[in-house]
Amino acid sequence: MMRETFASRPFWFGLIFVALATVLPLGVSGYILGLLTIAYYTAVFAMSWDLLFGFAGEVNFGPTFLIGLGAYTAGILDARFSPGLSLWICVLAGALAAVIGGVLLALPALRVTGPYFGLITLVAVQLLQSFVVVFASLTGGEIGLSVPDVISIDAGVNYYLAFGFMMVSGAILYGLSRSSIGLILQASGQDAVQAGALGFNVAKHKLAAFIVSAFFSGLAGALMVFYMGTASVGTFVDISVGVQIIIAAVLGGRRTVIGAAIGAVFLIGMGEFLRPLGELATLIVSVMALFVILFFPDGFLGMLRGGARA
Amino acid sequence: MQFWQILIDGFAISALYALGATGFTLIFGVSGVLNLSHGALMVAAAVAAWAAASEFGTGSYLGALIGVLTSLVLAFATYFIAVRPIQNSKRIAEREKEIFILTSTLLWGIIIQEVVAYLFTNNAKTVLPIIEGVVVFLGVRTPSNEFFTAIVCWLVIAVLWLLVNRTKAGKAVLAASMNPRGVTLLGFELSHIYLAVWGVYGILAGIAGVLLGMFLGVSSYSVGPLTASAFSIVVLGGLGSVSGSLIAAYVVGYLETLTAYLVSPAYRSIPALLLLVLVMYLRPQGLFGRR
Repeated sequence: MMRETFASRPFWFGLIFVALATVLPLGVSGYILGLLTIAYYTAVFAMSWDLLFGFAGEVNFGPTFLIGLGAYTAGILDARFSPGLSLWICVLAGALAAVIGGVLLALPALRVTGPYFGLITLVAVQLLQSFVVVFASLTGGEIGLSVPDVISIDAGVNYYLAFGFMMVSGAILYGLSRSSIGLILQASGQDAVQAGALGFNVAKHKLAAFIVSAFFSGLAGALMVFYMGTASVGTFVDISVGVQIIIAAVLGGRRTVIGAAIGAVFLIGMGEFLRPLGELATLIVSVMALFVILFFPDGFLGMLRGGARA
Repeated sequence: MQFWQILIDGFAISALYALGATGFTLIFGVSGVLNLSHGALMVAAAVAAWAAASEFGTGSYLGALIGVLTSLVLAFATYFIAVRPIQNSKRIAEREKEIFILTSTLLWGIIIQEVVAYLFTNNAKTVLPIIEGVVVFLGVRTPSNEFFTAIVCWLVIAVLWLLVNRTKAGKAVLAASMNPRGVTLLGFELSHIYLAVWGVYGILAGIAGVLLGMFLGVSSYSVGPLTASAFSIVVLGGLGSVSGSLIAAYVVGYLETLTAYLVSPAYRSIPALLLLVLVMYLRPQGLFGRR
């Protein structure tokens, strides 16, 4: 088993990536570091989404509901009580708010499935978005909320924090998905009745998946607010942000956790690379994503693994 | 005064919602596909009608026709590009196909939306109305086109009802929604039925889109909200139940109009969303759904 892991191609790719990412700040500009910082936070969003969708089988169209809750809770607390309240307490409060949101989402998920649940998550995002716009005095409305504190003004510090955060949450989410909990989740996602008949507490495991996914989504959202210095609907709540996260996870390969991170970094990088094309960038990325879904349903990691097997 | 205004405006908007949702529920009922590019089809139809009538001077009738044709072509494209390859795929597990189709139609919708935005910018466009002028009805000044919209919507729905319930082809479609295998055993080619249904769907979405473009105007930003509203109406009424979605369309349409007039246009969609959440908690199969 151990030797197999070391010999596998994905493992070596991973090792090379980690080594490259660690020494990167020495050689590239602050702009690229900033881009990668965003990419790493997005990677955490995508990995959290993969835990819910890939393993628990829940069609969650609204990852931004959890992310937005985390981001806005942290942002509003900081904007209101800035000097008195430490930034890190705000971040923690954001993660907590997202967990509460995750439990709220989990309740209908235990009753309805498939497209019905997908719709509820969609509605949740729309409600959150309306809330932000309607309570503009508290949330900054459509203009966005600027927070007085930032984690650091040094691009390197921000980069390493985001990178470390991604590695730690990735390790936890990956470990969870490969543990017996991940297997039970997968089983209940595929056939909840049979999994229940085998004696597994489906409700408890699904609830746990929602809580874990919400915790990391919220934490990443809150951290990203204090990296960017602002929270706006366009970056944290809008459906199109959620769609990006879903595309990232599916592009990288569902049910792999790590694939989601690869997809996210790829997508952000691609968006930047294609930026000179202006409006066509989204079009090209969508066409590529559709192509991958149609012809390589297992995503990048699936291609990689297919290559290793051949 | 305001009462009648809400009644009339709400009726026209609800009729539009009903027409849009009918196509959506038809596709779901017959082939089990939730088409998340629905809003993109409607917007593409409206923008094509606008471009033909206002930019190329074809006049409003020909423009509307071009809009509906655009939607028809796009509906077939949706089926052949985003739906059929996944239904036929051997590499995607059967139980995952639903999720893959949701994702692929979503992406396809984004692609249409981006092409529309690239060719005709993101600005809101109002399609040239077919009937000009204003009528005073029950003391309310209403654009004649609003009545036209409501009448066309209900006519189309009525024609669809006749097609499905009174013709042989329609009955085959109905049968396919109940038992696809049984229909094939009776000698009907299932793929022909699916093609016909996607064609009908394209026409329905096209008419709804063009009328919406005349009534409220559209931009490429309307794609998401349009898909979401069709989706919520259909779920509220009960997936696959046509009469359920017609009633749900009126519930949502009037709830939105009431809120917009009596509270504030900014809160327009909130009560309908809350109602939807409530229904999902209490009666997950929808108001009139059978399970």
